[in-house]
Amino acid sequence: MSPEKAQAYWKENISTIIKLLIVWFVVSFGCGIIFIEQLNTISISGVKLGFWFAQQGAIYMFVILIFIYVKVMTGIDEKYGVNE
Amino acid sequence: MELQSLIYLFVGVSFAVYIGIALWAKAGSTKDFYVAGGGVHPIANGMATAADWMSAASFISLAGIISFMGSAGGAYLMGWTGGYVLLAMLLAPYLRKFGKFTVPDFVGDRYYSSTARVVAVIAVIFVSFTYVAGQMRGVGIVFSRFLQVDVNTGVIIGMAIVFFYSVLGGMKGITYTQVAQYVVMIFAFMIPAIFLSLQVTDTFLPQLGMFGKITFEFNDGVRVIPEGTYLLHALDTAVTDLGFKQYTDPGNLWNMFMLTTALMLGTAGLPHVIVRFFTVPTVKDARISAGWALIFIAIMYTTISSVAAFSRVNLIKNVQNVEYKAFVNGELTHPDGTPNNGAWFKTWEHGGLLAWTDRNGDGKIQYAVGSAFTKGKPAFEGEEDFGPYGERITTNGIAAENNGKIENELYVDNDIMVLANPEIANLPNWVIAFIAAGGLAAALSTAAGLLLVIASSIAHDLLGQVIFRDPETGKSTMNEKSELMWARISAVVAILIAGYLGIHPPGFVAQVVAFAFGLAAAAFFPTIILGVFDKRMNKEGAIAGILTGLIFTFGYIIYFVFLGGNPAHYFLGINPTGIGTVGTILHLIVAFVVSRMTPPPPQEIQDLVERIRIPSGAGEAHDH
Repeated sequence: MSPEKAQAYWKENISTIIKLLIVWFVVSFGCGIIFIEQLNTISISGVKLGFWFAQQGAIYMFVILIFIYVKVMTGIDEKYGVNE
Repeated sequence: MELQSLIYLFVGVSFAVYIGIALWAKAGSTKDFYVAGGGVHPIANGMATAADWMSAASFISLAGIISFMGSAGGAYLMGWTGGYVLLAMLLAPYLRKFGKFTVPDFVGDRYYSSTARVVAVIAVIFVSFTYVAGQMRGVGIVFSRFLQVDVNTGVIIGMAIVFFYSVLGGMKGITYTQVAQYVVMIFAFMIPAIFLSLQVTDTFLPQLGMFGKITFEFNDGVRVIPEGTYLLHALDTAVTDLGFKQYTDPGNLWNMFMLTTALMLGTAGLPHVIVRFFTVPTVKDARISAGWALIFIAIMYTTISSVAAFSRVNLIKNVQNVEYKAFVNGELTHPDGTPNNGAWFKTWEHGGLLAWTDRNGDGKIQYAVGSAFTKGKPAFEGEEDFGPYGERITTNGIAAENNGKIENELYVDNDIMVLANPEIANLPNWVIAFIAAGGLAAALSTAAGLLLVIASSIAHDLLGQVIFRDPETGKSTMNEKSELMWARISAVVAILIAGYLGIHPPGFVAQVVAFAFGLAAAAFFPTIILGVFDKRMNKEGAIAGILTGLIFTFGYIIYFVFLGGNPAHYFLGINPTGIGTVGTILHLIVAFVVSRMTPPPPQEIQDLVERIRIPSGAGEAHDH
């Protein structure tokens, strides 16, 4: 693989990671901690939304994020021919 | 069948399965021993990672901790799962591509330095031993609670089992036993949780039970909470009536933030978790395997949050204002006519997890905020010393009145929420037997993973790469066979030390979490990230960074936890449990500054970093 191509691959990798980690931060630290009090004003069936994010919601989002990452990276790997 | 025989049966069968797997998965090479031959299916690895990860503490104590902490307990739930996102994106794929056997391997090669390797080995051993001491103790405690044997005998039985499959099978043996252990522990956790969810909210899935309405009315001692109230409304009302803060009150957000961060970074930096990603065939498998691991962990963790809420409601419903004597003798019923049999109370009072003292002399149990006894855990006088109602007498002394509406008369240990649930919910005996097998599976799987990491670090890194290193070729002078033998000997020694620590616990098992996570976060996480993402990072920066992170975190915890430092002097008000976050930040800053003031790493290291970043060719890199 040429150095330019390798660099382009790495850039795409980094930008994917950054986007996904922003979501990661928002669903856990954002919804479950920083804005928990604001979100707690909304409640569904007696469960306050901020509380739910901190106790369950963030975990579901984490799982989804990893599988999105796997899918996006598999596409990028194929595009650059570095898949196995 | 009688409960005790059922427990022997379930535990015995599960142990036979583990030993059978160990015999089947015997390690034939060092590659088998360190990384299970590198051919583990990503789903199997995900399951093994989940078992490796979820310790006795997750299984037995976490639901209780959340139950008493309420909303703030979310720090543990998010912290111990969110780290897998970091692992999947920032560590696992690159370490798999790097393709060697251990974390010190990466540190030593990437930072072209035996010093860095030795520092990493010491940190691995320290982190893993602190953690494993708690696990061995956990094995002993489960044995003593369910099988009525002495804690120390339990530790020795646990050592013998772990000895069998980790010394014989190495990583290969523990990987496949961990798969079996995951299955045992998840069933053992889910079955009572589902029953509990059905009883409390009439909902099958515990995760959804949190949104349910309670199926009974109960008296919290101040008012009657009617049937059909939303679960969390009922809980918030009841606990505030008893003088606690609301269950859903978020608490101190700054400390929650720091603790969550420290736990996430620590998760991503724990060597026994990282090393699991060396065992899958390709980089893509390493990524996907992190996803599977998190799914398997999430099944239990999302259940824990609901079990925590159900159990707290159940506790108040069952014990508030009941006559102790009639309760433990099984003579009481709930208002709806269902029995309220307190036999479980007697069982766990005997086990020291519950204690009651009749402060107001009415013969009834009162539960509210505040401590019933003057000093921490209740100390009991003698096995046969009972008060007027048949309760065990404690020697702690009774706490001063706190002038609440209700004076608390009850001590409840965190562990009760999982251990006593099946009895509280009147579940059949085989469910209780299953929980015993599950608790043991949780403790044994984590202990084995940690012991293996210690053994590999000693045999492969310390002996192979430092002590028996040929200065000319830079390779180990040990042949395959003798390195495998050394790995087995190291595993034996590690088990003996862990067993010793389990029998003579260093008195800080409860604080071990803060220690292991804080140190893993501050020592490993930044070094590995920088090694992959910052090509300019050199050995000077890395060594300075690791030492800064380790010494700062270690010092802070020692000072505030063990030397009685005054909490008023906490740095920015941060608890020792969350200080790993600050250690990590200091590590990053120091490493960056020092590396930019010293020469860049040699060209071949920069090429190595380039290679790590590209996924293809991971198979070849493995055979070195």
